[in-house]
Amino acid sequence: MPTPVTDKKLHCYHCGENCLNDKIHSDEKLFCCEGCKLVYQILNQGELCEYYSLNENPGISQRIKVRKDKFAYLDDQKIQCQLISFRDDKQMHVTFYLPQMHCSSCLYLLENLHRLNVAVISSRVNFTRKEVDIVFLTPQTNLRKVAETLTSIGYEPYISLNDLKEKRPAINKSMVYQLGIAGFCFGNIMLMSFPEYLGIDASEEGLRSIFRWINFGLAIPVLLYSSLPFYESSWKSLQHKFLNIDAPIALAIIITFIRSAYEVISGSGGGYFDSMTGIVFFMLSGRILQDITYRHLSFERDYTSYFPIAVSVLKENKEIPTALPDIKPGVTLLIHHGELIPADGILTKGKAFIDYSFVTGESLPVLKEVGELVYAGGKQTEGRIEILVIKEVAQSFLTKLWNRDEFTKPGINKSVSFVHLLSRYFTYIVFSIAASTAIYWQIHEPTRMWPAITAIFIIACPCALLLSNTFTNGNILRILGRNHFYLKSAQTIEDMAKATHIVFDKTGTLTTTQQQDITYQGTPLTAFQQQQVAALAAVSSHPLSKALAKHLVQGPGIDVTGFKEITGQGIEGFVNDDLIKLGSSQFVTGCTNPQPGTTIFISIENIVQGFFIFSNHYREAVPELIRQLKGQFRLSVLSGDNEREKENLQRLLGKKATLLFYQKPEDKLQYIQHLQQQGEKVMMIGDGLNDAGALKQSDIGIAVTEQTNNFTPSSDAIIEAKQLSRLTEFFKLCRANRNIVMASFILSIVYNVIGLFFAVQGNLSPLVAAILMPSSSLSILLITFGSTSLLAKRMKM
Amino acid sequence: MSVIIILLIASISVAGIFLAAFLWGVKSGQFEDDYSPASRILFDDKPSSTTKTQ
Repeated sequence: MPTPVTDKKLHCYHCGENCLNDKIHSDEKLFCCEGCKLVYQILNQGELCEYYSLNENPGISQRIKVRKDKFAYLDDQKIQCQLISFRDDKQMHVTFYLPQMHCSSCLYLLENLHRLNVAVISSRVNFTRKEVDIVFLTPQTNLRKVAETLTSIGYEPYISLNDLKEKRPAINKSMVYQLGIAGFCFGNIMLMSFPEYLGIDASEEGLRSIFRWINFGLAIPVLLYSSLPFYESSWKSLQHKFLNIDAPIALAIIITFIRSAYEVISGSGGGYFDSMTGIVFFMLSGRILQDITYRHLSFERDYTSYFPIAVSVLKENKEIPTALPDIKPGVTLLIHHGELIPADGILTKGKAFIDYSFVTGESLPVLKEVGELVYAGGKQTEGRIEILVIKEVAQSFLTKLWNRDEFTKPGINKSVSFVHLLSRYFTYIVFSIAASTAIYWQIHEPTRMWPAITAIFIIACPCALLLSNTFTNGNILRILGRNHFYLKSAQTIEDMAKATHIVFDKTGTLTTTQQQDITYQGTPLTAFQQQQVAALAAVSSHPLSKALAKHLVQGPGIDVTGFKEITGQGIEGFVNDDLIKLGSSQFVTGCTNPQPGTTIFISIENIVQGFFIFSNHYREAVPELIRQLKGQFRLSVLSGDNEREKENLQRLLGKKATLLFYQKPEDKLQYIQHLQQQGEKVMMIGDGLNDAGALKQSDIGIAVTEQTNNFTPSSDAIIEAKQLSRLTEFFKLCRANRNIVMASFILSIVYNVIGLFFAVQGNLSPLVAAILMPSSSLSILLITFGSTSLLAKRMKM
Repeated sequence: MSVIIILLIASISVAGIFLAAFLWGVKSGQFEDDYSPASRILFDDKPSSTTKTQ
């Protein structure tokens, strides 16, 4: 494959990132870093280079190296037992979660793992779940080696504290089975019922009863198995002394069956088996449509998904990998470069440079000296540190947010759909009609009482309401999902329609972490000087340096020698023989920083030139979005950051908006509670772990993510950052939901009235029921699907 | 009349076979991952991959 010569920028053959120079190459192929080159060489040796021909630059950047004995804890028997799914003396089965998986090349490589490690018997990828099931021979290799093989080719398994908990329950497929069986029975009963409706010759009387008995037999699995979800749900609601929509439906199913069975046994008629099974089939399909889950997303993540499974404990100068729940106060932990601090503690050795973006939302690392307190949830960014644990993992500052009593109790924040309330009125009306009919026939013609009452229950079950609700919800969820706005459940649609107050997080939500606005003050730099600074900054991996290197134009033929990085201070080096210093005011000028905010000072040959000011970059869509929302909702912004942006934000959001700064996770949660006590329906939009408490407390918590592959805190909905601008349209669609359900419900009442007209007289023929039932169901399907899709089309979704 | 009964048995058992196939398909997870099987079939299997000596 010829390398693209015409392209001015050089791209890494492995990951496609820009190469800074053309120094790193192998077999005439360019790489951005040694890591990428290493992966290529491993694959080349294993004859797996088809990896590169399936997709262009399929790899993942390997600039950040993984520590060599990172997976040492996998040798621990106890941890092993909790991770593997099966073992005997010859082999082990394990499932790893690989978040890096993204294309068919990944699939190809991971399924050919046995070429890199001969002891691997099989590896099978589940792409939607981003998991790989690996079977390997145990004496020949072990869990740690398999994990290291995966890491060496760029797929580092993500093993978190969450994996230590009980195994995830398998996806519940029983409703799909129930649907399949209901569909089978419904279809066959329909065919078998034709002779009944079309009239059968008197001489074929025997044949007619055979058909009836077959129908009877086919209806039994629907009654006993497919309808189970309705029985269970109605039983639960009755236990809570609450009449939900499933209760009258379950009643209708049972009454229909008893009445039909009586007719068949007594030989008086064919029963309503087709209506009964049909209704069950349609309602189950509606339920499944509504309960659609996004398997690649998780709405239930708590801190355990972020925390590592094990850390190194220092004991008599030896590193012992220890499972996280076994960490007790008083032990010393060794935190390596790039690792998360799992428990609150005191820094005892090394210089901590901690990135608290997880906790506070502030993107820049904080410097901590020996003796200072460090909180769990921060990520050590430079070198190794030792900390003395003072609190258990579950008791730490951050994790306490989750262990609040309010959250562990079930049923928190749960609102009840208006559909249940509607169905309750509906049920009362049906019961009163049934009662008056019963009294009427009891007086006039007692023999017709039972047929009339049962017919009323058959015809007037609120299944149409359930159908219109589930199908509308299902379609709206599908449309929103297509637009990268993923809701956890159908109830979120209704909650969104009711929202009155929107609370935004600032960092990462209104602003983007991907980009920063950089301005320069001081002696103007020449183009060449800018290139020199860019070249120096590109060498460092500090987030500010990276941002600066990206901001300035890079030039060719610039050499950096004698590069030095002083943690928490700055960087220096000779760029084309000029000594350039970049860093804090203290580091560059020797005196403390007079400027507010984040700045980087620059000196060339010890002459201070000026400084770069870094400020948050607001997402492009934000001003327009705020303008649209301003009129409809009350707005607040909560920020863990300083007040630097206050004026700017106030101008953007208007005078009425509340702006709060220096907000700790706990404060955010309390602010939401405060609003809720005032009767507001609060929607919280946030991104980090620091918003997690508030997201959970709010009526609708929406997590913003740059990419759905990333981790998001637990929430009711996940939105891709690009789609934030369309939030008002999503609101509109959610509000339309109720109207559509009501409209189709009114239509179904018309059908019901027609049916009831026959039913109260006690002469509802199976044929009338068989025509009414599918036609009402189908028209409801058409209305709900049609109107939601039409609306979405008009909003160009 | 007896022909109809044979037809009945035949039609219900054919439908039953399809039901069984559907249930089996769901159970074995064929509807869970709609990406890998479609891509997997396109990979060329090199002969070296099947030999697992050493």
